[in-house]
Amino acid sequence: MSILVDSNTKVLVQGLGKTGQFHTDTAIAYGTQMVGAVHPSRAGTESHFEGETDHTGVPGRDNTYSVDLPIFATVKEAVAATGANASVVYVPPPFAADAIMEAAASRLDLVVAITEGIPVADMVKAKRYLADKPTRLVGPNCPGVITPGECKIGIMPGYIHQRGRIGIISRSGTLTYEAVHQVTQLRLGQTTAVGIGGDPVNGTNFVDVLAMFESDPETEGVVMIGEIGGTAEEEAAEFVASEMTKPVAGFIAGTTAPAGKRMGHAGAIVSGGKGTAAAKIEAMTGAGIVMAETPSDMGEAMVRALG
Amino acid sequence: MKIHEYQAKQLMAARGIPVPAGRVAITVDEAVAAVRSLIEDSGNPVVVLKSQIHAGGRGKGTFIEHPEVRGVIVVTEAIDGGVEAAEARIGELAEQMLGSTLVTIQTGEEGRRVSRLYVEQGVDIDRELYLAVLLDRSASRNIVMASTEGGMEIEKVAEETPELILRAEIDPAIGLAPFQANELAHGLGLEGDSARSFGKFVKALSDAATQLDTDLIEINPLVVTADGAVMALDGKMAFDDNALFRHREVEEMRDVTEEDDAELAAKEAGLNYIKLDGTIGCLVNGAGLAMATMDTIKLVGAEPANFLDVGGGATADQVTTGFELITRDKNVKGIFVNIFGGIMRCDVIAEGIVEAVGRLGLEVPLVVRLEGTNVALGKQIIDESGLDAVSADSLSDGARKIVELTT
Repeated sequence: MSILVDSNTKVLVQGLGKTGQFHTDTAIAYGTQMVGAVHPSRAGTESHFEGETDHTGVPGRDNTYSVDLPIFATVKEAVAATGANASVVYVPPPFAADAIMEAAASRLDLVVAITEGIPVADMVKAKRYLADKPTRLVGPNCPGVITPGECKIGIMPGYIHQRGRIGIISRSGTLTYEAVHQVTQLRLGQTTAVGIGGDPVNGTNFVDVLAMFESDPETEGVVMIGEIGGTAEEEAAEFVASEMTKPVAGFIAGTTAPAGKRMGHAGAIVSGGKGTAAAKIEAMTGAGIVMAETPSDMGEAMVRALG
Repeated sequence: MKIHEYQAKQLMAARGIPVPAGRVAITVDEAVAAVRSLIEDSGNPVVVLKSQIHAGGRGKGTFIEHPEVRGVIVVTEAIDGGVEAAEARIGELAEQMLGSTLVTIQTGEEGRRVSRLYVEQGVDIDRELYLAVLLDRSASRNIVMASTEGGMEIEKVAEETPELILRAEIDPAIGLAPFQANELAHGLGLEGDSARSFGKFVKALSDAATQLDTDLIEINPLVVTADGAVMALDGKMAFDDNALFRHREVEEMRDVTEEDDAELAAKEAGLNYIKLDGTIGCLVNGAGLAMATMDTIKLVGAEPANFLDVGGGATADQVTTGFELITRDKNVKGIFVNIFGGIMRCDVIAEGIVEAVGRLGLEVPLVVRLEGTNVALGKQIIDESGLDAVSADSLSDGARKIVELTT
């Protein structure tokens, strides 16, 4: 088992510009079932992808791929033609929230929004639109979701992952890679790694993903990586204390970040004394989460938490 | 992006939100020239001279060059001496303020140079309230925050007397509903005309927040005047940088003299740079990893000189610009490059480093930690370049090494 995505997930890509094109190629090479693209100006054509797969030499797997991905004008048409149940959004920021709503209008199970720089007000509206839809949004401004060996949706490097028993949730892209890499080197591997994104308004939060990992039989422990800004980590700590039976390891970035400054991510800001790293570390430690002092110790912290 | 008080008031006035009459001045003559019409039009002999900088606490702040002068001054000379006396006083004060350095609790010791003044009509204040529109991240919507404790620091009110803060969530599809405005007015103890004026005010303000894509609008204080009118005595606005593409009139209000040169240069190059006070320069890919790198430097006993995120798809050129920004900071005694190449390839970073050092020279120790895509090739490029760089196996290893080399 895993959460959110697996080998049955059929994925559409929304926005087949340079970035969308590049990452669709790496997703196909990884073995993800990419079934179509939505890009109105190229509707009715196909986009060709070919190359060596990531599992070249693995017995029973293909060494090469050659795919003609059909391009559609709308998500609705694409879903009707392909049976897609998930999409990934690479659409530029001014139009990305609309793309998310379009995916939800077709009642996809999952939308993963990679786009960075979507106006907050657009996300506020999109989130309200999603409230009565069955669609789960992950992101925006996130690396994506991966279930190793089955499905990679997003911009993370596939090869650092290894199928295993640890769930990973993070607001930061590169810190997710650090955690994944360490967990792989310790031979624990991952069930699923989820980047929830660095924006102040996002679709899925720590608590949502923690609950999914708690009920996933294959996941034995969770690494949770937060950063300054907001109170999502504090809410997650409460959830861990009251609802989680599985061990959780954690890390918070931004202890040295000055107040009132946005640290790269739109959501990473300490304002009015709220959202400090100290408060988050205290809440998480209090909830029994084993905290890593530096990102280099995240894997070790997971080992300690597993006991 | 932040703007000045007078600009926020212009944006409010354009949306029918009541603000006192005022004139901006960049010279002493302009400040003096504003006085007569403000006094004659309002019928109030009091005028207020306000320094315009992007920082709060101006009323209690003082100038380095003139410690006896505060950042905001109420000029009452016209009450006894007529308009001419007020003009003389404003002239004298403007002379001292313009070009001088204002230090407030928010500017740091170095203060900010004042190059714009705002001359505003006096207002007879009956009550001071607090009003703001900002994002509630847990609710994923904007909220209106209001309090009877106007003129106070709202963080302090929130901590000491949270029951004095009222909140109303703004539904993005509906806007602030009339009943919510009524609840707020009632909660603030407003009645009759004042309650009605407040209702219109808060509705217009919450609509302005949506129309203008603000991160924050804060009116502190919002005043009820002696004759029952509701008016923004101060006004602070900050905007969502990601939405500026659809607000040219706001973008044109940008005052670059209020922004850090290095941060501006970084933004132009597509980098995220924030200068800090320490000695270890850091160049990192990814915001979370960049913060964590700073934290780890601190943990092993030094202070980071900056936050620098070169992003997920940086080019060799951007790495060079990043290096330039770091070495421009004279406090930097060592540089730590920490890259986990996912999409970004380690060989591209390595080429950028070699090129930057070739062009700019290197006078301080350099530690490089590369991990991820094409790491072997990246390390090989650094080794073969003959660059005097120490390589590290992990973030903590790298942080320890750079701190040892600089102490």
